[in-house]
Amino acid sequence: MEKNKMRLVQGNEACVMGALYAGMRFYAGYPITPSSEIAEESSIQLPKVGGKFIQMEDEIASMAAAIGASLAGKKAMTATSGPGFSLKQENIGFACMAEVPVVIVNVMRMGPSTGLPTSPAQGDIMQARWGTHGDHPIIVITPTSVKEMYEFTIRAFNLAEKYRTPVILLADEVIAHMREGVEIRTDIEVIDRAKPTPGEPYLPYQLKEGDIVPPLASFGDGYRFHVTGLSHGENGFPTNSVEINNALIRRLNSKITDHLDDIVEVEEGYTSDAEFLILSIGSTARAAKSVVNTLREQGIKIGYFIPKTVWPFPEKELKECFKTVKKVIVPEMNMGQIALEVERVAAGQAEVHRLNKVTGELFTVAEINDGVMAVINK
Amino acid sequence: MKTTEYLREDKLPHIWCPGCGNGIVISNIIRAVDALNLKRENTVIVSGIGCSSRAAGYMNFDTLHTTHGRAIPFATGIKMANPDLNVIVISGDGDATAIGGNHFIHASRRNLDLTLIVVNNNIYGMTSGQYSPLTPTGKIATTAPYGNIDRPFDLCELAEAAGATYVARGSVYHVQQLKRYVERGIQNKGFSVIEALSICPTYFGRKNKMGSPVKMLEGIRDNAVIYNGKNKEEGKDKFLIGEFKNEPDREYTESYQKIIDSLKEGK
Repeated sequence: MEKNKMRLVQGNEACVMGALYAGMRFYAGYPITPSSEIAEESSIQLPKVGGKFIQMEDEIASMAAAIGASLAGKKAMTATSGPGFSLKQENIGFACMAEVPVVIVNVMRMGPSTGLPTSPAQGDIMQARWGTHGDHPIIVITPTSVKEMYEFTIRAFNLAEKYRTPVILLADEVIAHMREGVEIRTDIEVIDRAKPTPGEPYLPYQLKEGDIVPPLASFGDGYRFHVTGLSHGENGFPTNSVEINNALIRRLNSKITDHLDDIVEVEEGYTSDAEFLILSIGSTARAAKSVVNTLREQGIKIGYFIPKTVWPFPEKELKECFKTVKKVIVPEMNMGQIALEVERVAAGQAEVHRLNKVTGELFTVAEINDGVMAVINK
Repeated sequence: MKTTEYLREDKLPHIWCPGCGNGIVISNIIRAVDALNLKRENTVIVSGIGCSSRAAGYMNFDTLHTTHGRAIPFATGIKMANPDLNVIVISGDGDATAIGGNHFIHASRRNLDLTLIVVNNNIYGMTSGQYSPLTPTGKIATTAPYGNIDRPFDLCELAEAAGATYVARGSVYHVQQLKRYVERGIQNKGFSVIEALSICPTYFGRKNKMGSPVKMLEGIRDNAVIYNGKNKEEGKDKFLIGEFKNEPDREYTESYQKIIDSLKEGK
């Protein structure tokens, strides 16, 4: 790849470029709008680099195949949208429990159910966090541009490998289908999973002092290890021990919550003295930024807060804002999902105002501006 | 190699009930693997959810105990990622033909090199005896208290029709034959299906008053009709055991490798 070349690319295409840069060598998917271009582009590009693409019989199988390929040592990805994301949930939980690195792209479209397949929405925020059953850790990152589709896909693979966990790249339809000029960076670090030290005894779930997660061998490496979705001990075998189960569930969660500074990423603007704050993600954040820039020119003390990691939610960073912020406006293309987190973090320190749009259309700058002004003038 | 070396003896005793057929099936998979000299390091056992799927944990290979019905797609990812691995899938009748039915037919169609052994005990054993797609009509199950009105699949006919390239049915009574079928299934470079008729004395047997495990095994012996290529009709009220199909065809990972090679050569 040439050095930092400028290219006009579509969001979904940028996602595949990022995935290949990060080392993706396996993709399993099922056709669904508005993410199908990710499958199509993967089917073109993967065999060129010796990787494999497979279109499975359904979304469930795609998730399963991606996990299987990862356990055999290949960096794997699958992409989908709303209905398919629902179907993938059980096996996402398996990857959480068995600690298998894998990247899931969910291009959000209008739901519930079949909804409006080609229309943008942001209704899967909570599903991305809690879609699969049980107390599980998850990392969810949200791009706001085609450039970020490229860079965040690389980040998704890096986080998945580093923390032995599924990572969800949660884009909305606009970001996925938009075309923008992108500087294709080739200087981003690529992280590979830690492998066991040859010659040493290997317990696939034993955390060694100083490590973030236990190393992960590949099937075929000669360790003859066991992987299960059942609660398991350090050796990977099922157990009914209450102590072992307790330790496992706590470790699965703390491997994420102990590294928030590495995982959580936020873009903030004008927050140091802001009295008002717009908090939003994805395509909505673009309009929000524009509103903030305009209102700042008019002397209004307003800032923006864009979680680029939506889960774990940037609690510490947002709390910091409440030293000055008295009112937060949360525009979302849903009935109010991120607002719930904002309310939780604000805990009465600031007013939280919802601005919801569920028409299957983008927020316009004017709509956000009107919503914000209504709050400011109240 | 000693057959016990293929077992994780420290994980025994197993969870299965006395008289269960699972042990017989597992022992014949191991004997087949040994006869073919497959390396333990190069062989992966993948299973779903259910009594027979617990086998993976007792077998001394790389083993993956997946979600209910999904063993085949997990195995598909493994095989695609590393075609040098021998991938054997162990599944039950509920796992493979109900919740996993879609994967079963599509894996058959695709002809990716996996060997699937379906342990058919005619019942969901782990959840205590509900009827499965392979429970014969009229039989009693905990969810068919008045007799099962569902019509069962013929698993082997289904596999054949869907395109599996090796299809056989053995039983836990006819052990030498079962071992041979597993061997041939592994040897077939493509999707192989071996149905292993088994017994569940605890639920299927007890609910249907079939007597002791020995009696149930004798029942298999007495009702088995050996398939000779032209006696399918005879199996109607009993069951056919034998090799129904052994027709190697283009294998999926090989076809994919051809694409990779052609792109490399810039063709």
